[in-house]
Amino acid sequence: MIKLSEYIAAIKGENHTPALDPDEIEISGAYVSDMLSDVMGSAKPEQVWITIMKHLNVIAVASMTGIPAIIFAKGHAPDAAVCDKALEESICLISSKLETFDLAGTLYKLLGK
Amino acid sequence: MRVSAVVRFREMPEYCYVAEGFEDAVRQFEEHAPLAEVKTEFAIPEKDFNTAGKGSSELKNLLKRLGVDSVVLRRIAVASYEAEINVAAHSKGGIMYGTVYDDLIHVRFEDEGPGIANIEQAMTPGFSTADDLVRELGFGAGLGLPNIKKNSDAMRLVSVAGGRTKLEFLIYFAGRFE
Repeated sequence: MIKLSEYIAAIKGENHTPALDPDEIEISGAYVSDMLSDVMGSAKPEQVWITIMKHLNVIAVASMTGIPAIIFAKGHAPDAAVCDKALEESICLISSKLETFDLAGTLYKLLGK
Repeated sequence: MRVSAVVRFREMPEYCYVAEGFEDAVRQFEEHAPLAEVKTEFAIPEKDFNTAGKGSSELKNLLKRLGVDSVVLRRIAVASYEAEINVAAHSKGGIMYGTVYDDLIHVRFEDEGPGIANIEQAMTPGFSTADDLVRELGFGAGLGLPNIKKNSDAMRLVSVAGGRTKLEFLIYFAGRFE
């Protein structure tokens, strides 16, 4: 397990939900997918979700699945309505300029896998 | 989890599933339904993917307050959210009914049609009839119904082509924690 804040630093991520403290969120891995049902079927509660999808349903999926943070790849940034909904559900939203492969690889390394 | 009971009726297109070890509990529930503790009802309008999910979200919050285990809560939330999305994506709209009992929840979805042409096909992982709008949102992977089944202790899907669809599932609070 590492802190989400360590991962954000490593991927030069931007926190779109600053009211949530990434120092308080522990993560054990990631699930990478843009298919929402795939995420609901297979992602685990302590994993971050790496995706390029950024509409409102993404927050619902993360909430139902118990995902603590979403990492948006390739600089995709969520709009204000999505950020508000995420705050309501206590889901941390991070965007990074890195591509999915590098985002997953960086976390893999950080976790010492 | 293995399928322990798959019943197919010749005349009524129906898919029934009871998870292993839950046969007696489900039979008992169907024969003598206990008194409901709480009942909820939510409308799911056609193709409205922002309203779809509200019912599941409120149900999840309610059960959390009632102290339902987080793993069981997750199973209930995922199953009911998938079903809500199905109603919004594939039907002319419908209603989600959640009934909370002392030791389980019964969630039922009834829509306005147009029904499922082939239930067996619909239950096959990867099979989907979702349109472009639904796929653009990242749904339509053909995993909705299989996810509902995977997370339920019992599930029943009844539908006729040209008619309405009814989907219901039971999840026990002291059930599987995987």
